[in-house]
Amino acid sequence: MIKNITCICCPKGCLITLDTENPEATIKGNACAQGFDYALGELLHPMRTVSSTAKITGAIHPRIPVRTSGNIPKEMIFDVMAEINKISVESPVKCGDVLIENVLSTGVDIIACRDM
Amino acid sequence: MYYDLVVIGGGPAGLAAAEEAKKNGAGSVLIIERNEELGGILNQCIHSGFGIHVFGEQLTGPEYAKRFIDRLSGTGIEVKTDTMVIGISPDKTVTAVNSAEGYLEIKAGAIILAMGCRERTRSSIAIPGERPSGIFTAGTAQKYINVEGYMVGKRVLILGSGDIGLIMARRLTLEGAKVLGVVEIMPYSNGLKRNIAQCLEDYGIPLYLSHTVTDIKGENGRLSRVTVSKVNGFEPIPGTEIEFEADTLLLSVGLVPENELSRSAGIEIDSRTNGATVNEEMMTSVPGIFACGNVLHVHDLVDFVTEEAQKAGKAAAEYLRENKDGVSGETIEIRNGANVGYTVPQKIDTGKIGKFAEVFFRVRSVLNNAEISVKAGEEILFSKKREQMLPAEMEKLIIPKKVLDAANGRTITVSAEEAEK
Ligand SMILES: Cc1cc2nc3c(=O)[nH]c(=O)nc-3n(C[C@H](O)[C@H](O)[C@H](O)COP(=O)(O)OP(=O)(O)OC[C@H]3O[C@@H](n4cnc5c(N)ncnc54)[C@H](O)[C@@H]3O)c2cc1C
Ligand code: SF4
Repeated sequence: MIKNITCICCPKGCLITLDTENPEATIKGNACAQGFDYALGELLHPMRTVSSTAKITGAIHPRIPVRTSGNIPKEMIFDVMAEINKISVESPVKCGDVLIENVLSTGVDIIACRDM
Repeated sequence: MYYDLVVIGGGPAGLAAAEEAKKNGAGSVLIIERNEELGGILNQCIHSGFGIHVFGEQLTGPEYAKRFIDRLSGTGIEVKTDTMVIGISPDKTVTAVNSAEGYLEIKAGAIILAMGCRERTRSSIAIPGERPSGIFTAGTAQKYINVEGYMVGKRVLILGSGDIGLIMARRLTLEGAKVLGVVEIMPYSNGLKRNIAQCLEDYGIPLYLSHTVTDIKGENGRLSRVTVSKVNGFEPIPGTEIEFEADTLLLSVGLVPENELSRSAGIEIDSRTNGATVNEEMMTSVPGIFACGNVLHVHDLVDFVTEEAQKAGKAAAEYLRENKDGVSGETIEIRNGANVGYTVPQKIDTGKIGKFAEVFFRVRSVLNNAEISVKAGEEILFSKKREQMLPAEMEKLIIPKKVLDAANGRTITVSAEEAEK
């Protein structure tokens, strides 16, 4: 089966096509190697980074931006969101601080995206 | 009060311009920002996707801003936050107010405008219907959710498929709202393709192309129903109505550069960009006043904002050093030709560029298998092929200096046309 995949790895957004029978040999349309890996990943196991906000007290704003330190399985996005929504941190927090370690055993942390 | 350089706006444009000016020898530099902190719109853009060109990695908005904010320390660049500029005069006096110092009059040797842009509202696109609560511009909703921690609604429809609308469709979904769809009047989306994929397709959110909102109804003061119709061009087609039970409507219907201050300084505004007319150094029609970022023209990528701001910063430092606005070569005007909406810059001084000049523009419609050409009269001086060009994506054209020399002072036009089949 021919499959179309839009690469999300950079703003160019290449439209990649492949044949699911023989993906590696048929990947086309990617302007760079990253697109190749992305397309294969989409076929085998789609992964995403999640960014959101978490509660913070004693800071300039009541929410601090956070994200996953790496990719998590796409089907776990809402579970990870639920974990982020459980926490409340106290100022001061530094950009890069780990707010949840190894979230849901994904091997990925939830980290702060700014000082606050 | 006197500063060699006053930068108005502390978003990514202002930050990069100030830094680059200082690096290139500008003396006293002051950034004035009306918000309580630096970073501009990036503070509320918590998604990742910034910095791939400048840093080679995908950062969130706040992380991108932080890199530039951190670099200010030790440079001697001064910052006044919570300070609003209320006027600029042609002799480069900046007036501003804040609660600690009151009314400020600051003389500047040079000024960089970096005020960003604001969102178009319901009234600017004349949506019919009642006026209940629950209708927000997408950027305002983004600030409520991401900075202030308020959710805006449960069942949401979004009008406009620009990047802000797409990003908000995903954000609202992640926070538990049901996003009923994104409605776009044009037959194509105005957002980046990757945002269609990762914000709509990932979550099964439908995109209604060639559709618009034709009626709005409220119940007990809150939005309850939105009617959407298919359009023929811009005309709604009777009988195609779709009803959505929505309590919230987000408008992502365009941005307008914030140029009230520029006008007060007597700066010439280009009606195509709603920003100042500039030359290759981002200098406006008033010598010593420069503009960069979203106040000059609406950018979709912050990386290009940074690059443009660095050009403005460097040029401002040079202006202060040489204290001249002298034209050193020939000034060539750039006009937009077929399918091209505008160009920035609008003028190039051939004496001031290196081997190349960079020209940014947007096309007016989707073009496949296209050719960009630079002409003087009917004479084609330069051309370049592009597989596809989209109105949603700003194009960058690099024109060699020898092409501009060949124009010999004549006005040039930049056009984009599909190759004949
Ligand atoms: C919702 C959204 C999503 C985006 N997503 C992406 C993305 O994924 N990737 C990407 O690369 N780019 C993205 N962008 C684009 C990019 O963020 C912007 O182009 C960039 O931030 C513009 O920078 P700026 O400094 O020109 O304007 P702003 O960031 O708007 O900064 C202008 C500053 O000037 C201040 N100001 C204005 N008037 C005055 C005054 N009178 N006195 C004092 N201060 C004043 C404002 O308070 C503000 O802080 C996005 C933009 C938006 C809005
Ligand atoms: S394939 Fe490469 S160039 Fe194309 S979108 Fe993906 S990362 Fe960008």
